[in-house]
Amino acid sequence: MLFELDRLTYRYDRLTALDNLTLSIPEGSRVALLGANGSGKSTLLRILDGLHFPHAGAIRFRGEELSEERFAGDEFAFAFRKQVGLVFQNPDVQLFNPTVFDEVAFGPLQLRWPKAEVRERVAEILDRLRIAHLKDRVPHRLSSGEKKRVALASVLVLDPAVLLLDEPTASLDPRSQSQLIDLLVEWGGGAKSVIIATHDLGDLEDIADRCYVLDGGRLVAERTPAEVLHDRELLERTNLAHAHRHRHASGEMHSHPHVHGE
Amino acid sequence: MSGRWRRRGFLERTVEGLYEAMERALHAEHSAGGGGLLQRLDARVKVAGLLSLILASALATRLWVIAAVFALAVSLATLSLISLRTLAARVWTGALTFTGAIAVPALFLTPGAPVLRLPGLHWTITAQGLTTASYLILRVETAATLALLLVFTTPWTHVLKALRIFRVPVVFVVILGMTCRYILLMLETAHEMFESRRSRTVGELTGPVRRRMAVASAGVLLSRTFQLSGDVYLAMQSRGFRGEVYVLDEFEMTRLDWAALLAFAALTTAAVWAGR
Repeated sequence: MLFELDRLTYRYDRLTALDNLTLSIPEGSRVALLGANGSGKSTLLRILDGLHFPHAGAIRFRGEELSEERFAGDEFAFAFRKQVGLVFQNPDVQLFNPTVFDEVAFGPLQLRWPKAEVRERVAEILDRLRIAHLKDRVPHRLSSGEKKRVALASVLVLDPAVLLLDEPTASLDPRSQSQLIDLLVEWGGGAKSVIIATHDLGDLEDIADRCYVLDGGRLVAERTPAEVLHDRELLERTNLAHAHRHRHASGEMHSHPHVHGE
Repeated sequence: MSGRWRRRGFLERTVEGLYEAMERALHAEHSAGGGGLLQRLDARVKVAGLLSLILASALATRLWVIAAVFALAVSLATLSLISLRTLAARVWTGALTFTGAIAVPALFLTPGAPVLRLPGLHWTITAQGLTTASYLILRVETAATLALLLVFTTPWTHVLKALRIFRVPVVFVVILGMTCRYILLMLETAHEMFESRRSRTVGELTGPVRRRMAVASAGVLLSRTFQLSGDVYLAMQSRGFRGEVYVLDEFEMTRLDWAALLAFAALTTAAVWAGR
């Protein structure tokens, strides 16, 4: 099993972000963490990436418990960071280097890759994500879409076996969204594990084979994408679908529960 | 003072001013991308060369030597496609104003041979006073011009990296770069906050209301800064940061760079020798 969460609880001061969560994520799976804003998706991703540690319960990665004590040693920390990469929701927190090239090179350099290899791999990933022309640009001057791509490149360059993504398509235009989804679907030839936190159901069946629905920090459903998309009651209850007035091509105006992307 | 400015508080005007400075930094980045002479040189050569010329002009005790270094700076600006109008607006006027405030009293207060007596005031300008003021103004104008040439022709990120040739520790350079980057981000946030508030405000606000809003804005920005710094640290950790920073040195010296370095060294030596 890739990740196992056993009655895990995480709190920000008095606010419980994750509440008694138990779930398992198998190797090689493509998982969508679904939930409205504040449901605990981002916190869960940070726990999966070994950045936060549970206040109660436990998390295991390939059978080994993730705890602050384990990460205190370089050997375990480096081995874990080589295998698991997280793309943050806000690319600005991830882009702190002087140029795009330096940004993408940051991870490999911290993991002590040889410099020649770093240069080669960075150039390769920039080409692959079609952002080679940005390599000398200052990251904070880029557009939102470009920033997202650079943030993604800065993690993909490490070629992690597990990719964690927090709202990867948020604030992207439709074309960029589609290109990103294609890239994620093709990435690693399907052999990698991808865990995506999202509330966008449009491309759910393309990006995931398993969905975990969170609500108020609790796991409320574990289903296939098709099952989730057809469970209107679940989607409405977890604020993933809503009823609003809209006009169909025939000109008819009415309202009913509506899943974006359908 | 326009009505636009009258409606803004001190904090808002300060943020707007800083934001405009940031926009100018963007302009500098564009100049740095131009195809002039200095833009083609390695940042390390420019940092070493221009700083050594500044040092030479500061050490020189002959006015004509400082004037020659100033003429060299102007020539370098022209060869780097930086207009004299830009230099006059961004450097010379400001430097003259501030240095003039110090230099003008020296014209009258320095004892020496009288050159000119101001009619009405009966103040006497002395030859020694004139020389002292000329030295001061010319030195400052020369140093400011050379410093601005570096800023205009080099992305600030490269300037920071080039600092490493002076044995500035990597961690210091990285922290300096990150500080600049996130100051810009927080300025953008503050700018957007003020714009958003202006779009929802009608009429003049009273002083106490403006002060309350300024305090509230400062609180929000501080809170966001804390959150951002925490998130940035997590993002660094996520990619393997363990307290020591490793960076790439992407600079490569070309023949032009070596030639420029030799030229800078020769000119600096000549200026120091002639200016003794």
